[in-house]
Amino acid sequence: MNPLELVGASPEPPFEIVFAGTPVPAYPGQSIAAALQGAGIRAWRTTRVRARPRGLFCGIGVCFDCVVVVNGSATLRACLTEARPGDEVEPA
Amino acid sequence: MPDVVVIGSGVVGAACAYYAARAGLTVTVVDRGPVAGGTTGAGEGNILVSDKGPGAELDLATLSARLWRDLAAEVAGGAERPFGDLVEYEPKGGLVVAETPGILNALTGLADRQRVHGVTAVAVPPEDLRAYEPHLAGGLAGGVHYPQDAQVQPMLAAAHLIRLSGARTRTGAEVTGLLRGAGGRVTGVRTARGDIPAGAVVNAAGTWAGEIAAFAGLTLPVLPRRGFILVTEPVPPLIRHKVYTAAYVAGVASDDAGLETSAVVEGTKAGTVLIGASRERVGFDRTVSLPVLARLAAQATALFPRLADVRVIRTYCGFRPYCPDHLPVIGADRRTPGLFHACGHEGAGIGLAPATGRLIAAAIGGAEPPVDPAPFLPGRFAA
Amino acid sequence: MRPYDLAVVGAGPAGLACAVAAGRAGLRVVLVDGGPRLGGQYYRHAPPSYRATRPGVLHHGWRTFAALAAALPALDVDVRLRHRVWAAETAPDGLRLHCLAGDREETPVTFPAARLVVATGAHDRVLPFPGWDLPGVLTAGGAQALLKGELVLAGRKVVVAGTGPFLLPVAAGLAAAGARVRGVFEAGRTAGLAAHPGILLAHPGKLAEAAGYGLTLAAHRVPYRGRHAVVAAHGNTALTSVTVAKVDAGWGPIPGTERMVPCDTLAVGYGFTPQLELALQLGCATRTDADGGHIVAVDARQATDVPGVYAAGESTGVGGAPLALVEGRIAGLAAAGRPAPARLLRLRARLREFARALHAAYPVRDGWRGWLRDDTVVCRCEEVPYARLREALALGAADARSVKLLARPGMGPCQGRMCGYAVGRLAGSPEGLGHRPIAQPIRLADLARFEGDPT
Repeated sequence: MNPLELVGASPEPPFEIVFAGTPVPAYPGQSIAAALQGAGIRAWRTTRVRARPRGLFCGIGVCFDCVVVVNGSATLRACLTEARPGDEVEPA
Repeated sequence: MPDVVVIGSGVVGAACAYYAARAGLTVTVVDRGPVAGGTTGAGEGNILVSDKGPGAELDLATLSARLWRDLAAEVAGGAERPFGDLVEYEPKGGLVVAETPGILNALTGLADRQRVHGVTAVAVPPEDLRAYEPHLAGGLAGGVHYPQDAQVQPMLAAAHLIRLSGARTRTGAEVTGLLRGAGGRVTGVRTARGDIPAGAVVNAAGTWAGEIAAFAGLTLPVLPRRGFILVTEPVPPLIRHKVYTAAYVAGVASDDAGLETSAVVEGTKAGTVLIGASRERVGFDRTVSLPVLARLAAQATALFPRLADVRVIRTYCGFRPYCPDHLPVIGADRRTPGLFHACGHEGAGIGLAPATGRLIAAAIGGAEPPVDPAPFLPGRFAA
Repeated sequence: MRPYDLAVVGAGPAGLACAVAAGRAGLRVVLVDGGPRLGGQYYRHAPPSYRATRPGVLHHGWRTFAALAAALPALDVDVRLRHRVWAAETAPDGLRLHCLAGDREETPVTFPAARLVVATGAHDRVLPFPGWDLPGVLTAGGAQALLKGELVLAGRKVVVAGTGPFLLPVAAGLAAAGARVRGVFEAGRTAGLAAHPGILLAHPGKLAEAAGYGLTLAAHRVPYRGRHAVVAAHGNTALTSVTVAKVDAGWGPIPGTERMVPCDTLAVGYGFTPQLELALQLGCATRTDADGGHIVAVDARQATDVPGVYAAGESTGVGGAPLALVEGRIAGLAAAGRPAPARLLRLRARLREFARALHAAYPVRDGWRGWLRDDTVVCRCEEVPYARLREALALGAADARSVKLLARPGMGPCQGRMCGYAVGRLAGSPEGLGHRPIAQPIRLADLARFEGDPT
């Protein structure tokens, strides 16, 4: 069983985004965090002080741990930001 | 019984405790809240000589800047690191910029007069501004660099000064009255948690110092002047100095009760950018004013266009202890023996704290004052 | 912009029920939510493009949600999703809601309204412990949000830990969706509500719901252990195992009971913290809830002490979706000047009684402090270790705010939402770090353009 089967989902075909140079599939409507997590990427940022890896924590936009830089612009919370085809995602 | 009880654990009270202890006096510090929870806790930590015109306050400021530098280099109290590290002392220097040739004229004129009083002020032509601050907006008329300007983390500074003083600290103890002895002499404080007799009482209650003076039947015209600060998300180092527009100097000296804002922008060791400054006389109203925040944001982005896409994550306000003549109140209150005031520093309390502490310690101990104390004496308000 | 009769912040159970009730009463409503879909955290679900044929499988009470969502289009309710409110304020002629629209565009939008309902819900309440900042450690709500909203498993080998009945649906959902759940570790007692048999009998639906989760867990052979806590997480660059220990009644670990449980994911939560920043910005009075947390104080009509401002759902006390639905309806009716039916008021009273019993059954005990080590990060944003907090307390900090000012916990981007509870408890002050005059980060350029007047 997987979550898609559980709810009887048949998502539209995935598109590609790029994380730190690596292509990652994303389903239409999926958040960047979910796409990364779904691809087995669990850490996508390094902290300023201790240089520790971080990824998803609260999952609902509250903790700001999952921030990424999308297409070179300012930092965004990966869990709140819907992936768009061709997005270039870099660690914040 | 301590020789001195200091009311207020803000940076001014802390410096009074520190220098009194260095002069051999025993000290107790009382505060109704936690350590440095009032105006000090809402400050940027400015140690500025640049924003003061020639006169008594500038002399106090240059002495104080020197004392901060000396303090910063000390390794005291069994610490592994110098005091400056503990309190995030940064001798970053100030850069004052002028938008127009007319403003620049006034600014360089001020700098000329400040130099006479021991201030180092370096004129910066417009083409050199970006060598100091690479992200400054174009089109500025020029500026003046003040290498003596510095910054500390104000709460840490206050807390560590009190720790080093060895003073007994009674937080959460609101002063409810003054103890009086023969001839009306102040002999200690009454607090919600008991009486504390002492040889001398220092009123370092900041914006609330007038309430303490009133316990002795005295009038001390210290009023709140509200200021907001914006704090951004952490960013890679963008701004090296404390950078502000020449309008700030006018704002500091003004008596206007209405809203005044001017751009004051600086980076911190934590990576955040602090943005001020606003001045309003609205009592102790803490209601956030979004139009004031918008003006601060507009002025900061005009000065540093790169900040436009940086996000503000929080804001806070504080109440500067403002005296009508813009001078702090420092020294013995001749109307009431045993009572000393160290308050009314407006927005300069962090910078002026060490010199204030030295003046108070000298006044209590009968020692030679480090600068002429006359302009700061409380007697100037006696009717 | 013509002012709305009512602005509702939050499209979860409380906000939805409120918007529908107010809309049916004839009000012109704007319903604002930061998320991409209706439902808030409780009814979080996958995007329509996933074409789920059984969308309710992961939810309790899905039909209620579907009915509310279906009712909206016929009403004068302007639904504004992906609108994050950064400030709410009172103005002489009503209220103003200042938002940033779009998930990355961040267009500033202001909605004027005569009345406002705060239905901002809650987020997981977390406690620090060694290793909790490793990738792979998620809040219980975060793991569930990923599953319900994105149909992605947080991990393959999962440990669920914390306190409170919410751990059960999280574990059951993960197990049903294919994760290997290595155990559910409840720091309190697993039969917390057994001490209140009367309450359980009065709420047969709750009992049945709990039994359903129990069956799912049993079917997947997931152990559910009381008086057990995850006291440390381990791994180099990501989670590889946790230390589980038996704890005493005060949550102090019992020496010799520690064991390592290999896992790639830990979903952990110790109850919920209501999101109060907008209510606080508006100046609403708060009070202390049965669990020690701060909540908005409301009267029988869900009205706060600020004229025109109401609150419903978790912001008035964490009590779950059924209570939020009832409170939302009452608030919506009250905003329309309609009295709530007596039946609704009785139902609210019963559900609040149940919530109180839950708070009493699953308190957070102070023994978690014993899990901390000097280098344990307490504030994740500013990476403030426990030792720095203790230094601040030794320097004279006496409440959460002064600890924050001396040691920086709560000064980072999350503004103390994650560490505020722990910092408050460590500082011995219940106040926490809830005051946030800017509720969402806003670009300086957008703040600079702010004019306040939405016309």
